[in-house]
Amino acid sequence: MFEVTSEPLSIEAVSQKVIRPEAGAVVTFTGTVREFTKGKRTLYLTYEAYASMAEKQLKRIGDEITTRWPDAVTAISHRTGKLEISDIAVVIAVSTPHRKDAYEANEYAIERIKQIVPIWKKEKWEDGEEWIGDQLESNAGVPEKEEIR
Amino acid sequence: MIKVNCFAHLKELAGGNMIQIDRKEMSVKELLEEVQRQYHIQSDSVLVAINEEYALPDDQVTEHDTVALIPPVSGG
Repeated sequence: MFEVTSEPLSIEAVSQKVIRPEAGAVVTFTGTVREFTKGKRTLYLTYEAYASMAEKQLKRIGDEITTRWPDAVTAISHRTGKLEISDIAVVIAVSTPHRKDAYEANEYAIERIKQIVPIWKKEKWEDGEEWIGDQLESNAGVPEKEEIR
Repeated sequence: MIKVNCFAHLKELAGGNMIQIDRKEMSVKELLEEVQRQYHIQSDSVLVAINEEYALPDDQVTEHDTVALIPPVSGG
């Protein structure tokens, strides 16, 4: 249900993992590689993961979702390696009996991925490259004490 | 010898996947200070993982643990 892979991701395959008779709603989120960020053109991205720990942290997010939304079932796949513009970096599927919970739980999952899952991306621009998540970027994810325990 | 896995820009700063610290046991806080001293890695926003779980500054790390430096993450 929770995987880090260098293979291309299938939205269909991830959502199939959570489809079940009890579910009336499946929300899937697809994160894709964006070409322009604040006017700067990205040529491609490279994702690197601490894969074994990342899969544990993805599972942990699934457990957190089950605590908050007991009827939810979650599957998450994240890709690593070189990704071109519009390639899929992450697919999150959440199924619940009713749609509101699925929307909420799915958004919770992507927010948590950006806080606690050890995956990093390096942007390759026309005039250079940079690991995102260092002090120069405001969206750096540094988990607080209460977020990691 | 404590072996410490490095990722993302830390790997480039350290010049490889792994750095070694010549100690048998130390606290996470001491480990980060040592990393900063030896490799000039700004460790303010770097977390340490012990055996694939996030560790706190007072946790102890030994040479038998799997240790990693976790810079701010940016998945998704």
